[in-house]
Amino acid sequence: MSAPQPLLSRAFKEASLAAVIVGGLSYPIIAFRAEPDFNNALALTSRWPLFFIFCGLGFGLRFLLTLWSGRPKAARGEAALALEKPGATSKNRWLAPLGLAALIAYPIVILVVLGPQAALKWVDTFGVQILLYILLGWGLNIAVGLAGLLDLGYAAFYAVGAYAYALLVPLTGLSFWALLPICGLLAAFWGFCIGFPVLRLRGDYLAIVTLAFAEIVRIVLVNWDVVTHGEAGLFGFPPVTFFGLPFIPGPRGFAAHFGLPFAAVHKLIFLYFVVLALALLANFVSIRLRRLPLGRAWEALREDEIACRALGLDTANIKLTAFALGAFFAGIAGCIFALRQGVVSPSSFTFNESATILAIVVLGGRGSQWGVALAAVLIVGASELLRELSFLKAIFGPDFDPAQYRMLLVGLAMVAMMNFRPRGIVSARQPTITLPPVGGRA
Amino acid sequence: MEIFLQQLINGVTLGSIYGLIAIGYTMVFGIIGMVNFAHGDVFMLSAFIALLLLLLLTQVLGLPAGLAFVPVLFGAMCLTALWNFVIERVAYRRLRGSFRLAPLISAIGMSTFLANFVTVTQGPNNKSIPPLLDHIIPLTTGGAYDVTLSYKQILIVVVTAILLAAFWFVVQKTSLGRAQRACEQDAKMASLLGVDVNRTIALTFVIGAALAAVAGCLFLLQYGVVKSSDGFVPGVKAFTAAVLGGIGSLPGAVLGGLAIGLIETLWGQYFSSDYKDVAAFSILAITLIFMPSGLLGRPDVEKV
Repeated sequence: MSAPQPLLSRAFKEASLAAVIVGGLSYPIIAFRAEPDFNNALALTSRWPLFFIFCGLGFGLRFLLTLWSGRPKAARGEAALALEKPGATSKNRWLAPLGLAALIAYPIVILVVLGPQAALKWVDTFGVQILLYILLGWGLNIAVGLAGLLDLGYAAFYAVGAYAYALLVPLTGLSFWALLPICGLLAAFWGFCIGFPVLRLRGDYLAIVTLAFAEIVRIVLVNWDVVTHGEAGLFGFPPVTFFGLPFIPGPRGFAAHFGLPFAAVHKLIFLYFVVLALALLANFVSIRLRRLPLGRAWEALREDEIACRALGLDTANIKLTAFALGAFFAGIAGCIFALRQGVVSPSSFTFNESATILAIVVLGGRGSQWGVALAAVLIVGASELLRELSFLKAIFGPDFDPAQYRMLLVGLAMVAMMNFRPRGIVSARQPTITLPPVGGRA
Repeated sequence: MEIFLQQLINGVTLGSIYGLIAIGYTMVFGIIGMVNFAHGDVFMLSAFIALLLLLLLTQVLGLPAGLAFVPVLFGAMCLTALWNFVIERVAYRRLRGSFRLAPLISAIGMSTFLANFVTVTQGPNNKSIPPLLDHIIPLTTGGAYDVTLSYKQILIVVVTAILLAAFWFVVQKTSLGRAQRACEQDAKMASLLGVDVNRTIALTFVIGAALAAVAGCLFLLQYGVVKSSDGFVPGVKAFTAAVLGGIGSLPGAVLGGLAIGLIETLWGQYFSSDYKDVAAFSILAITLIFMPSGLLGRPDVEKV
């Protein structure tokens, strides 16, 4: 038993080093903050307590980590070896119908329990918004998860759908139901146009080019005042109706027609079911396509493009279908977004939006439908919860804005997922046969 | 004509900064084949570190701003290098041998984290410093428009040239450079021959960050203002520069940087300044689609 003493001193040494490194990292950027003073010149305020908290955290975490990893192997438990047994899938048979029933019951239960006024927020932010992100996640999942095409410009197709709706309603006078597929098809057409030249590129180039295109789309939306009204955006398009019945208090409204007392939440509940249906459609399409030759080809392409080409698959067309289909669902989601928000402006379609949707897919485990849905609930739910944590202001002072930490956590989550669980929080569909990694870059 | 000359000077200045950032992209891409998406944010972070160090030296220690610039430059280089070293260690090292897009996704996460980390710690607003070194040399006089060349612009171009020369020497003549080029060609073979691949890659990140820090200091010097969202667009433009010059090629990165800087300023002058980012992004797309090996790059051979 000679282990404990050297281990402790080793842990202490490594922890001190970690503290020094954390100190170096955070020295100017955390220890000081530059804010303009009364003369509008920058002045420094020091935050030494915060700095030492960070150093201490670095020390403590590293210390514990070294102790933990330095323990004898047997004591660590065999948790890492407990692989999922194949039999676990039988449990999942009831999961889908149960989940669906819960989703259908959700807004009604909320309405009954909380009453029409308090239900607004729950149906809107935790219902419609999360479902919208699930729809987006499942759409992007077709490109990223199934076909392995990293699309960093997904928000552009989302924007195409939203702007298509906002522009076409006054122009054509068509109803929401007629415009919904048009928005989707327009976005898919854009996906086709953008995808056609770039899909020959290798994976990471493709990612950057889609990013460049998305930025171009956004800049055009900001600057093309005549059509898009710039930063102010488009608004004033007619709200959603229940197959022609408007959600208004008067006698010709939805509530009066069905003999219900008027409540604003009806509109949202209707929207909720529309998004739910569309999300289920996206889910159904991707699950079915997976079993068709096209879906098989997508997954094969994701695993090894060179092998696919050698087998005579038309990789460009296969990629294009995945890309355009993903864009189609983004367009549909954009249409819903325009309806829900009532205003469409370029600030909703920044790179942060693409990154959030990508994070949902990555967290969900590129290819897993359940994982994506769960990740959407986690990310959107967590960021909404962050907004609610106003009591933190009491601890960290009035300047503390928890919502600012949303994207910071999203970024950290992406890094952590790639490093620790690259297959997602829910284990993804593994390819049937895998080869041992060869190493190096392929 | 005078305006054209002035924009030419401005473009070369901006291009030098892009070139310095582009070297970081091109080196990392060359050695591990990864688009280091967070590099633009490392550049932004370095500008913030430089800003804070400058304020620290001038306000707390009372040094004159001109004298403080040299220690600020070195301090920012060291601290940014430390940041990038840790980033490589934390976010990328474990991912070698993972699936192909893993490092890129991790880098996107890191980029998002860095941009928001700076927003959270320093606030989202513009931070502007009083102008430093604002002597100017009039090149033409008496015309409708006086072309001027400022000391800052001379300094920026000279610093870029010196660093490029020094760096070129490191890559071509030293054992580190040799190890780097060996890893670039075949990492596995290099490690069999006794090159410490991990160390070489870490040093590549450190050097890239140091150059990005120089770019950050020069950016701060030239424009006098920085904000936490400043990493994204310059980052993409510098990546465009690296691609345009031929990714993996060092002179190409600088050449591409100059080209992007010139195109951007001239486009802003003669077409529309609202759409000047569109010019850079379009060049990125066009280059990648039609000329993926860039101006000076070798064609990309896909190894099976």
